[in-house]
Amino acid sequence: MATPTPRVRMPATAKAGEVIEVKTLISHEMESGQRKDASGNVIPRKIIKQFTATFNGKEILRADWYTSVSANPYQSFFVKVPETGTFVFSWLDDDGSVYKSEHKVTVG
Amino acid sequence: MSGSLTASTRRDFMMFAAAGAALTLLPLAASATPQQVTDEIKKLYADKKLADGKIKLDLPSIAENGLVVPLAFEVESPMTDKDFVKAVHLYSEGNPVPQVASFFFTPLAPKAAASIRIRLAQSQNIVAVAEMSNGDVFITRKEVKVTIGGCGG
Repeated sequence: MATPTPRVRMPATAKAGEVIEVKTLISHEMESGQRKDASGNVIPRKIIKQFTATFNGKEILRADWYTSVSANPYQSFFVKVPETGTFVFSWLDDDGSVYKSEHKVTVG
Repeated sequence: MSGSLTASTRRDFMMFAAAGAALTLLPLAASATPQQVTDEIKKLYADKKLADGKIKLDLPSIAENGLVVPLAFEVESPMTDKDFVKAVHLYSEGNPVPQVASFFFTPLAPKAAASIRIRLAQSQNIVAVAEMSNGDVFITRKEVKVTIGGCGG
C-alpha cells in the first residue's frame, strides 16, 4: 500500500473568531478485517483508528473511527480561528503510524 | 462442444474466479443487531435517560452504493466552556461491528458537527447518541435502505 497521504482543504486566512470548515481526506484502504484472501485466510484489520485536530497545541476535537468508516476516509468539521496560529491534524493507524498535516492560518 | 472446450473452460474459470473474488468481499461475521447497539450504549450510559432532540442526523434514505454513504450530524449547543457537547457516538444496527465512530469535542470546537462517509453492509438503522457537558444524553436514529447491484435492499 502506498504511504497514506492526507489532504486538507481550509483557507489560509481568516477574520478573528471566524468559523471555518475544514475538509480532510486520507488515502487508506481501511481494511475491515472482514475479508478473506484467495487461500481463505482472514485479511487482518488495518484501519486509521483516530483523528485529532489541534490549534496551537490545544485539542479541538478527536474522532475514533471503526471499521464502518469508508476507505479513503473523508471527514469535514468546523474550527474557529481566535488568532493567527497553526492547526495540526493527525491520523493514527492501527499499526502505530501517525500521519500529520499542518496548516497555518493568518488572522488579518 | 469439444472444439471450444478450452475457450469455455477458460471463461468458466474466469467467472468462477470473479465470483470467488466477489465472495471474499462479503462480510464474514454475522451482523450486529439492534440489541448489540443498545448494549454498547448501555456500557456508556446505563444510568442515563436517553432523550429526544438536539441531534440532526443526515443520511440518505436510499444509498445507491453501500461502500460510500455520506453521514453528517450536528448537535445543538452553544459550545461554550460551561455548556458544550462532550461526545457524539454513532452506531450501526446491521454492520458486523456496532460502533461506527465516536467524536469528542472541546469548547474550542465551534460546532458539534462533522461529516464522514461510511460503509453499510445492508439496509439498517444508524443510531446517534450525544453526551452534553452537563451529563444530559440525547439519542436519534435514521433508517437507510441500501441498494447493492441494483437489487432492492
